[in-house]
Amino acid sequence: MFPTAFDYHRAESVDEALRLLREHEDAKLLAGGHSLLPMMKLRLAAPEVVIDIGRIASLRGPHATADGVRIGSLTTHHALATDPMVAERAPLVAEAAAHIADPAVRHRGTIGGNIAHADPASDLPAVLVALGASVHITGNEGSRQVAASDFFTGLLETDLDEHELLTAIDVPMQSSAGVCYAKHEHPASGYAVVGAAAVVVMEGGQCTEARLAWNGVAAVPPVADLSSLIGTAVDDEAIAAALADWSTDDPLGDLHASGDYRLHLARVYGRRALACARDRANA
Amino acid sequence: MSGVIGSSVKRREDPALITGKGSYTDDLKVAGMVHAAIVRSPYAHARVTEIDTEAARAMPGVLAVFTGKDLVKGKAGGVVPTGWLLPDIKTPAHPLLATETVRYVGDGVAVVVATDRYLARDAADAVVVEFDPLDAVTDPLAATAADAPQLHDDAPSNTSFDWELGDSSKTDAAFAAAARTARVELRNNRLIPHAIEPRAALADYNAATGNLTLHMTTQNPHLQRLLMTLASMGMPEHKIRVVAPEVGGGFGSKIHHYPDEAIASWCSIQLGRPVKWVATRSEANQTDAHGRDHVSIAEIALDDDHKIIGLRVQTWAAMGAYLSTFAPAVPTYLYGTLLSGQYDIPAIHVHVLGTFTNTAPVDAYRGAGRPEATFVVERLLDAAADVCGLDPAEIRRHNFVQPDQFPYPTQVALEYDSGNYEPALDKALDLAGYKALRTEQAARRDDASKPLLGIGLSSYIEACGLAPSQVVGSLGAQAGLWESARVRVHPTGSVSIFTGASSHGQGHHTTFSQIVADKLDIDVEQVEVIQGDTDKVQFGMGTYGSRSLAVGGSALVKSLEKVIAKGRKIAAHMLEAAEDDVVFEKGAYRVAGAPARKKTWGEVVLMAYLAHDMPEGIEPGLEESTFYDPSNFVYPFGTHIAVVEIDRDTGEVTLDRYIAVDDCGNLINPMIVSGQVHGGIAQGVGQALWEEGVYDESGQLVTATLLDYALPRAHRLPSFETAHTITPCPHNPLGVKGIGEAGAIASPAAVTNAVVDALSHLGVKHLDMPLTPERVWRAMANASAQGDA
Repeated sequence: MFPTAFDYHRAESVDEALRLLREHEDAKLLAGGHSLLPMMKLRLAAPEVVIDIGRIASLRGPHATADGVRIGSLTTHHALATDPMVAERAPLVAEAAAHIADPAVRHRGTIGGNIAHADPASDLPAVLVALGASVHITGNEGSRQVAASDFFTGLLETDLDEHELLTAIDVPMQSSAGVCYAKHEHPASGYAVVGAAAVVVMEGGQCTEARLAWNGVAAVPPVADLSSLIGTAVDDEAIAAALADWSTDDPLGDLHASGDYRLHLARVYGRRALACARDRANA
Repeated sequence: MSGVIGSSVKRREDPALITGKGSYTDDLKVAGMVHAAIVRSPYAHARVTEIDTEAARAMPGVLAVFTGKDLVKGKAGGVVPTGWLLPDIKTPAHPLLATETVRYVGDGVAVVVATDRYLARDAADAVVVEFDPLDAVTDPLAATAADAPQLHDDAPSNTSFDWELGDSSKTDAAFAAAARTARVELRNNRLIPHAIEPRAALADYNAATGNLTLHMTTQNPHLQRLLMTLASMGMPEHKIRVVAPEVGGGFGSKIHHYPDEAIASWCSIQLGRPVKWVATRSEANQTDAHGRDHVSIAEIALDDDHKIIGLRVQTWAAMGAYLSTFAPAVPTYLYGTLLSGQYDIPAIHVHVLGTFTNTAPVDAYRGAGRPEATFVVERLLDAAADVCGLDPAEIRRHNFVQPDQFPYPTQVALEYDSGNYEPALDKALDLAGYKALRTEQAARRDDASKPLLGIGLSSYIEACGLAPSQVVGSLGAQAGLWESARVRVHPTGSVSIFTGASSHGQGHHTTFSQIVADKLDIDVEQVEVIQGDTDKVQFGMGTYGSRSLAVGGSALVKSLEKVIAKGRKIAAHMLEAAEDDVVFEKGAYRVAGAPARKKTWGEVVLMAYLAHDMPEGIEPGLEESTFYDPSNFVYPFGTHIAVVEIDRDTGEVTLDRYIAVDDCGNLINPMIVSGQVHGGIAQGVGQALWEEGVYDESGQLVTATLLDYALPRAHRLPSFETAHTITPCPHNPLGVKGIGEAGAIASPAAVTNAVVDALSHLGVKHLDMPLTPERVWRAMANASAQGDA
């Protein structure tokens, strides 16, 4: 519980943060501190420099946009879980954020820190993938936008370059969609053993769009092929058939849930999330 | 205040604790204090070929680096002692720091002392230790294999002791004559204690006086001092003061004497400065004595009337790398002796091998041996119900020791002093609505849309209130287990009591104050409880084994009786009445038949100190003490019922209801009793559903943090439904029995029985704890695959 010695800098702006990143070789960005600090305390991470971006006002959020929500990277999980605007315009984000850890963590932890850390057992990655969200990144060469599905590249790996800063996440609004997050939480850590994020759009009793992605199952959130549901009423049998043979290579496994069991849980929780999203879409 | 016994007085200790005013060992700061960090083995089993401390010594702020060889050269070659010996037991030396061989991940090899704890940790990482890894063995049964790695030269086959109890030929004959038998092979999962406050020590040696003051988180300061004198430090007792400030839980893990506190003391002596050592959570998980870890084969024999006629148990119990303080007692005299349960069993035999494993030492953990015994007995009762085709409640009722059989001598060395088991069973069945639950269970099995339902019983007994000194001495204890209490009445009538019990969350300040207030008819606020300091308290054996009220409370009552008796002599003299005519009631000494002729408590106490007009031969002052040695254990019992739901798709178990009917005799503070029952149940449910200390094949502890080791959480538990029957203990003055461990003793079996019960129609006969979703799901999948075949 005692990190090694490190230098601390506080950035007051995005530009200053980028400058500090350029100037220091072995530096890590600190936002809410709930991914980085535990690793430092266990001495699994030992950066020489920590750049605190926690007070950069321009990174706060969330804000309503014309077609959805822009979530500043410093937005806390608590804000996501409790802001009525988020509940209205990005209800799946709000639902999943409420699953993260406990109130103390939710008040400190940020969405930017969460997804930049890219823990596959976290509750947000699959949600952002299922929603077709995009990630705003700023670096020395300017800003760019990456689809959430391209942002997560591996276990604890993202598309972020070491000199870049994640500034915001855009979540498109789908007012006609039913969404649902179904989670089997790890009894010790509370992380997702499996977290299924589902989006179902129904028009006139028929499905026009269905998406499902999972946290916890693989290094990056896998996405189900749900083409068989399009044009159907998405009844339980259709859902079961769509997921019956679903699998993914290299499932994660640990003491609590082996890879095989995790795949089984992914199918079960995937079914439950889809059925729940369908019911909400029909409601 | 008469009547204060039996009332739910709010815990007097809580205002300080919940407002952050409690002072724990790590809160203490003294001038010149420096910090120790211990270099620990990352290997489960290895030869230490070289320790290079040069780089660490050279770091700024580092005052010293010591290895095990330095300790030996410095005449602190002491060892961590074992406090309980069995016939032919092997007790390999446990040095404070390993010099040649490390035997578990976390075994200490060096200590660094630096001016702050960050520097100490950095310097500990800079100590270069060369290890030559050896093969490791972590399983108590595998440790006995012919080709298993050997931990100690002086313990062949890794066996510390080979112990048996009961009559094996009589038991074998019962099995030969049995109409039916049932057998369960089981593992009792290894548990990591997780006291909320990790172990900590602040050692302060005064070179001028030669006195060592050691503040530490302990359940028994006097025993720590005794063991430091006898074994680890070799300093005389009068030069050591051990103080337990606020202690944040222990569950047994703070009974034992560990190397670390002695190492901190030794460092303070070398450096002449106060040295603090505080375990990190991971360090605590690696080095606190773990609990349980048994492999057992258990069998039960029944006659054609469904009466139990024999019980036979073979157990392999992990001791870990070294024998911890009370380790040998736990799987023997605290386990084998409980294998009769609540049942009249004419033949029992138990055989236990205590084996060394490349793991943290295993020792007493809440319940200590009795949860393991209850698990064996209560799993066997369910297995017996299965082979007999009886309801689990009815086979228990059919075999209970009957009220007219007490005192009941078991076949495994105990004499149950009292008991009345059927009312507790009936009360639990009634609270549960047992018949309706069985109807619901049957209906659910035919309705695939609903989760499966399981109902599990655990009719437990335990022996606690440790313990009659002569008895435990004959069984191998190297200490008596009596308790002391001194009552000091101040001149104005308020009272300080000095108890050898050592609360670390139990609420002694409240419970003991209630006893004093009740007996002396004064306010609870007039009582101060002093404990946990070897310079203040005469002597004491500490708090564990659900003993503080039954033994320490009895000592207190005896001292109060002596105080009242002396007061009566003084009052009789003041009243010019015969002593026999004076009674103490409603806060005054009164002449019987003329209650207006009285001297109040305050008047009599003041006279004891003024001593202007004392009866002849009576000394001034009013202070009495008692060293109380119980005549027997106490035997709490009860029936617990767990109701679980099982998700058919995933195997997830939800504890839906939990009903606990306990008989702990008379209740002093029902709220504190409920707290103990709730905490114990939660801990036992944790063992049943979530907790397991896991070592991999190389001996790495893979559940070293709370990311991987799942403690019970409030939102995963239902509101417990608790009730009591009251069968007072016949041999102590308050008629009380222990309740601190009962919940943890009963609940693992209740929950496991419920889960197996839910799956019994699939042919599932047994599942090992923890009952993780995957384990349950696989059992269901295997059962249905076999059903399809």
